[in-house]
Amino acid sequence: MSHASAHAAGHVEVHQEAHAHHHHTSLGIPNQKLGTWIFIASESMFFAALITTYMVYRYRSVVGPHPDEVVNIPLTTVSTFILLMSSLTMALGVSAAHRGEMRQVGKFLAITILGGLGFLVIQFYEWWHLAHDFGLTWRTNIFGSIFYILTGFHKAHVIAGMVWLAVIAISSFRGTLRKEHAVNVDVAGLYWHFVDVVWIVIFTLVFLLTEAGV
Amino acid sequence: MDTLEKAQQAAHPTTRDYLKVGVTLFVLTVAEVVAIYLGLPRALLAAVLVVLSAWKFLLVAQFFMHLKFDSRIYAGFFAVGIVLAVLITLAVTVIIL
Amino acid sequence: MATITAQRSFWEALPKPKAQTGFWSWVTTVDHKRIGIMYFWTSIVFFLIGGVEALLMRLQLAGPNLSLIGPDLFNQLFTMHATTMIFLAIMPLTAAFFNYFIPLLIGARDVAFPKLNAFSYWMFLVGGIFLNSSWVLGGPSDAGWFGYPNYSTMEFNPGFGVDFWIIGLLLSGIGTLVSGFNFIVTILNLRAPGMSLMRMPMFVWATLVTSFLIVFSFPVITVALLLLLFDRIFGTLLFNILAGADLTVYHHLFWVFGHPEVYIIVLPAMGIVSEVLPVFSRKPLFGYSVMVFSTMLIGFVGFGVWSHHLFTVGMGPVVNTVFALATMIIAVPTGIKMFNWIGTLWGGRLKFTSAMLFALGFLALFLIGGLTGVMLSASPSNAQIHHTYFVVGHFHYVMIGGALFSLMAAIHYWGPKMFGRMLDERLGKISFWTLFIGFNLTFFPMHIMGVMGMPRRIYTYDEGLGVGTLNAISTFGALMMGVAILIVLYNLLTSLRRGQPAPADPWDGRTLEWTLPSPVPEYNFDRTPHVTSRDELWIRKHPHLAHGAEGHAAAAAEQSRPDEVIVLPGGSYMPLLVALASLVAAYGLVYWYPAVFWGGIAVAVAGLIGWGLEGDNERIIRLGGNC
Repeated sequence: MSHASAHAAGHVEVHQEAHAHHHHTSLGIPNQKLGTWIFIASESMFFAALITTYMVYRYRSVVGPHPDEVVNIPLTTVSTFILLMSSLTMALGVSAAHRGEMRQVGKFLAITILGGLGFLVIQFYEWWHLAHDFGLTWRTNIFGSIFYILTGFHKAHVIAGMVWLAVIAISSFRGTLRKEHAVNVDVAGLYWHFVDVVWIVIFTLVFLLTEAGV
Repeated sequence: MDTLEKAQQAAHPTTRDYLKVGVTLFVLTVAEVVAIYLGLPRALLAAVLVVLSAWKFLLVAQFFMHLKFDSRIYAGFFAVGIVLAVLITLAVTVIIL
Repeated sequence: MATITAQRSFWEALPKPKAQTGFWSWVTTVDHKRIGIMYFWTSIVFFLIGGVEALLMRLQLAGPNLSLIGPDLFNQLFTMHATTMIFLAIMPLTAAFFNYFIPLLIGARDVAFPKLNAFSYWMFLVGGIFLNSSWVLGGPSDAGWFGYPNYSTMEFNPGFGVDFWIIGLLLSGIGTLVSGFNFIVTILNLRAPGMSLMRMPMFVWATLVTSFLIVFSFPVITVALLLLLFDRIFGTLLFNILAGADLTVYHHLFWVFGHPEVYIIVLPAMGIVSEVLPVFSRKPLFGYSVMVFSTMLIGFVGFGVWSHHLFTVGMGPVVNTVFALATMIIAVPTGIKMFNWIGTLWGGRLKFTSAMLFALGFLALFLIGGLTGVMLSASPSNAQIHHTYFVVGHFHYVMIGGALFSLMAAIHYWGPKMFGRMLDERLGKISFWTLFIGFNLTFFPMHIMGVMGMPRRIYTYDEGLGVGTLNAISTFGALMMGVAILIVLYNLLTSLRRGQPAPADPWDGRTLEWTLPSPVPEYNFDRTPHVTSRDELWIRKHPHLAHGAEGHAAAAAEQSRPDEVIVLPGGSYMPLLVALASLVAAYGLVYWYPAVFWGGIAVAVAGLIGWGLEGDNERIIRLGGNC
């Protein structure tokens, strides 16, 4: 087959053929997924550094309030549960993407985003409650400083995730989310689950252990 | 699709599996909260809480994040990151406190 | 057949850059080679700035009680000199070679994430510009390249300098971090068929391990910097002593990053030496597997020694001992590498090109630097020489004698491939000797000064302390180094114009980049190479050295036809847009204009969305038909 006939068949046709969705990779796994897992491993160090600072500083404040005085287990547990359930709906969305049901993806992602929103609403309420009723702001004492910064960066990650998921959900509803984008949905899911997993760690160390008197 | 990927996709959790994991996560969270008020000695309580949250962590990682069914390379990198993170957190906390 | 009727989104329909030449083609490029060249020249500019900062300090210290530079400016100079040299010169110059050569060495057409690669460069540039803009916006930080609180807190350092330093590092740090992800995926996933991990050139291994160090250590300094920034801008109390803070929290966070950082700098340098020595000894690298294993060990153990930078803060004898021992252990794989390099040279037919001389210089000088490092690792004696010129001598031996000499070797070795011109060998040799002698004159006396008690970071010293002559020698050496650098620069610039056109394989090389024309065409390989061995090119040239039937497979693969249709990712505006938006947000942050800050963030987010959704703007290249 000559170049001439390939050309005559249409430049675009050659383009689409050459646009192989799955480029062969040396390890047999997609670049985006490999990259995302390494990103997640890297982010683990980011949160580890914040958590280390928290663990060192939590009872070192010169003035109160101290962690055991302000921790609100019932409310935080509810928000934790909502975030966990949002991971469930995210996983269902990724499943749909892998099955090729691209329009379904948006629905699951929308519920996930709502879950994230619910989590944030409760969390921001907690912040308000801490500042308003306990007088704990990030300038009150070092516990306050690291508490707000640690949970704040977590919230920022949740918000970033929600934006990311919204972009995918919108393209799902508009029909521009194609089958070859399943890996992109997968990758967004990994990020969302990671943010959830970080919260599991924070919930335990900051809230549960404190309430337990450890 | 690479044949490796195809084989892995075949072992895919169903919606029911995911729902089961969701319920388990709920139960574990409740267990954690209940454990606090059981009056256990502090060291034991700390261990129980750490174990329960680690269990939740693993469930999310294995099922939602698919590590149980995917290439072990992903789990490898994640494990390295987590181990390094835990070791350094422990080291610095112990050194300072 | 695939159809073209699938709906295109708003982003996919946006106009994309099409230029192949000229300013816009460079500014929107995602080609790893062009990005490498941009890193190369930009890092040289920053290197010259850092060099001037150093020379000013050396002039001030040339004699006792001079008043060329006052104490405040001096503090700014040592802060900016170090920050610039580490983050804006040495690391990016190394990145220039990662970018240009990693895909070539593994037989790929580009890196795994080309747009992300471009983004890394733009964030480096933006961070470097932002940091250096402090010179004209009220003065840069004077808190040292590590910025320890509480000297760097708002209470003791109320100007904007420290904020510029923090945010500049955060910006360029993002670039470095994402390049870590990019190169890990590239090296693991984009290797040519047959290139197993144990057939990869050592520079590729070095880049892989270095990239892991980057992705695990940069997040930690990010946190250290953010905590300091929040204290400064928003008044949090993390480093406020009266509120109960412990400043060693910062020390630990900084050095958990800081120690792997020095391996991030030196491992690629070692990788370069491992490329250059075999070529100019006409022998394979001695003990390849052990070299790979040693590289991994250095990287891994490198995460466990950070507190040797904290021996004098009072962690206690047990902790100090643990870290002293761990640090000494790292000397073992490092020493193994030294012996393997010597083993490579031993019995070889040595060719003393400029590149080879710089690589040999590395061996001698890094050895000295490593030995003084072991001296510093003994925590008891560390108390005596901590924060003296001994330390300054030590790290310049490893940073310059190690990293810079290796990068000089790379410039002379790989320069012809990048620029298509041979460098002048005579000038190369003159520059080597000038640099080698000048360097030793500058930094060897510092070991003596340090043991005699001269502290670091002082703007002057008194007469009669016995360090006047040593300082004068050191300054003289520094001026010689300046001359050497100018010679290298002159060599580079004139060779680009008038140098001999470089052939594909000027050095009788051993690795895949020498199979390609100089400079390398846009698509790299006209056919995907099939690899059957380590030192693949050498085996192709000397098939009798191949093991068994693999040699025949290699010969057969060589007869295959070039790829007819090559698909390359096209340019994009998005990486640049996100970087520029981040720069705007940075100015909004430092002066705290929330509207500017959030506006910049919003544009950056829009750019990221566009980046993700716009598609690849692919270009088709058809090679000359030979069906």
